[in-house]
Amino acid sequence: MARAISTNRKALNTAAAGTLGFLMFFPILWMIVLSLKTEEDAIRAPLEILFSSGWTMESFGAVQARSDYFKHFSNSVIISLGSTFLGLLIAIPAAWAMAFVPGKRTKDVLMWMLSTKMLPPVGVLIPIYLIFRDTGLLDSRLGLTFVLMMINLPIIIWMLFTYFKEIPSEILEAARMDGASLREEVIYVLTPMAIPGIASTVLLNIILAWNEAFWTLNLTAAQAAPLTAFIASFSSPEGLFYAKLSAASIMAIAPILVMGWFSQKQLVRGLTFGAVK
Amino acid sequence: MKLKNAFFGATALVSVASTAAIAEEITIVTVNNADMITMQELAPQWEEATGNTINWVVLEENVLRQRTTTDIATNGGSFDIMFIGAYEAPIWGANGWLTSLNDFADDAAYDLEDIFGLVRDGLSADGNLYAVPLYSETSFTFYRTDVFEAAGIAAPTEQITYTEFADIAAKVHDPDNGIFGTCQRGKAGWGENMAFVGPMANAFGARWFDEEWVPQLDSPEWNAAITYYVDLMTNSGPPGATANGHNENRALFKDGKCATWVDATSAANDVRNPATSNVADVTDFFQAPKQATEKGTGWFWSWALAIPASSQKTDVAKDFLKWGTSKEYFEMVGESKGWVAVPSGTRISVHEDPRYLEGAPFAESIKNAILSVDPTDPSLLPVPYTGVQFVAIPEFQGIGNYVGQQVAAALAGQSTVDEALANSQQFAVREMTKAGYYNK
Repeated sequence: MARAISTNRKALNTAAAGTLGFLMFFPILWMIVLSLKTEEDAIRAPLEILFSSGWTMESFGAVQARSDYFKHFSNSVIISLGSTFLGLLIAIPAAWAMAFVPGKRTKDVLMWMLSTKMLPPVGVLIPIYLIFRDTGLLDSRLGLTFVLMMINLPIIIWMLFTYFKEIPSEILEAARMDGASLREEVIYVLTPMAIPGIASTVLLNIILAWNEAFWTLNLTAAQAAPLTAFIASFSSPEGLFYAKLSAASIMAIAPILVMGWFSQKQLVRGLTFGAVK
Repeated sequence: MKLKNAFFGATALVSVASTAAIAEEITIVTVNNADMITMQELAPQWEEATGNTINWVVLEENVLRQRTTTDIATNGGSFDIMFIGAYEAPIWGANGWLTSLNDFADDAAYDLEDIFGLVRDGLSADGNLYAVPLYSETSFTFYRTDVFEAAGIAAPTEQITYTEFADIAAKVHDPDNGIFGTCQRGKAGWGENMAFVGPMANAFGARWFDEEWVPQLDSPEWNAAITYYVDLMTNSGPPGATANGHNENRALFKDGKCATWVDATSAANDVRNPATSNVADVTDFFQAPKQATEKGTGWFWSWALAIPASSQKTDVAKDFLKWGTSKEYFEMVGESKGWVAVPSGTRISVHEDPRYLEGAPFAESIKNAILSVDPTDPSLLPVPYTGVQFVAIPEFQGIGNYVGQQVAAALAGQSTVDEALANSQQFAVREMTKAGYYNK
């Protein structure tokens, strides 16, 4: 039976949640405000910025005039989608094996995979850079897709493993009894049942790949640079380009923000999965 | 007629084919400073004239350093031209990572001798030129003429001491009316707070290393300098100064919040531009202060174009370098963007051009400040290194950043000056011993 909550308590909770939400959203809100100001207005005191100056879209035009947004955008889309789906191709069979046919060292393997996320990326920058140089993958979308796939693979496998563990193995056994091959079992029985889990894994990994800034900045130059490089190009050590930097940031995060908004149910489910087990 | 058409057609085809054969695509990596943005805007003229094309890669300064260092050290070949600073050029040149530009001296039209000798020397190693400058800068004092006048302070005509500077800052400090006596860099980093603190320490007679490369950060001179800095900023600076780097102080000064600011001469055209500054007509300049010595009291920096040894398109890259730092280029900037926007501290002829002197009345101050700097003799006591606000050795980045963090901690009151300098000395000793400069 659900516990009764008083109206006052409800209002208090709503106010607290609203305040927290506003505080978390404030940096993005402030970025939107600055992006709609001139460079001269953007450096004024906060209250002056809000109330005593005009609004303009000129920074967005200036950003697009100086840098090709759509090229960076398409690179971001290709790299984040590519790395996620490539990761799924490897992670689904791997997670299946670990969930349904665990070996003696399955737990160790899972922990080892997770431990690779604890390595500072800069520690392997030079070896990876040299490999990329020798294989001609520097500044290529293929190379970046591969690296981001490798980086996010442990998370994809862990998430899928957790989802697959929730599926009763008897269902797979029944499929096998009905004559399903291993491939058919994974594609026609396991995958459809795990679609909500796969969807939230895909969404989370697209976001992680979209926001990744270390490898995308260090392994690209002119051709494969995604939106992270687009934002970085408007930061200046000797000059004030806060309005343009804000406009570039808004343009970079807008697609993923919209995607996150529409898929928040799946995302929340994915991120909190297992919390009430 | 048919034969004639065929002949012209064939000629056109050969012409197109030969143009396509010689046209190259080069990649240039740069920071997002105003002079570089202007170069990007004008570069299509070079592309049109030569048939070559440019891919611009614009990065934040720290990212650019990391990215270019990785690429050049691994012979990655991602870039054909790099914008680098006076710190990297001699070190990378000596390592064989950059293409020598000595042949620029043979081009009479380019007139290499027209570039300030000090700047050329700063971008050379072992007598070889490895980069050509777009602009160069030193530091001087920006001050508010109206605030000085109201406080009855006469503008210094000769180099004053830091003690006198602190007195002035205290007199004009009026936070209740939104004016801070002085705004100086407090954000940690060898290119941030240490760019101000380094020359100030030189003025107090301090040095980074003695002749045997032994770190000197626990010396009384360093202690006096950092104690002065903390006192100055505590008594006459804005609150939360450890968050303020060049950009933040520039914003504060332009918004009329600072009475004095010792920083880059390259900010002068922005601060004196009425379209971008609230204090354009009430700002003037005097030399950065001295104390125990006048040596090394203004820093030296130059943003310059260099060609990594890994580039396969050296000839095209050299052609662009010559174009981007030629007399004609500076003239083109003056004519199209206004003479106030012409990069300063590079060519003698530009600093003698009446149009520039009229458009940028502070140009003479910049030139004099730059010519007063000697990176080969930066301190009161003898040193084994060159560089004013930095030491031109690869280990300096790490040491400079660490000392910058310690100084910022002292400024924030998280540690005492003694503790900050003791930690700095310990770190520097460890790094220099590890690098084999001396045995402790």
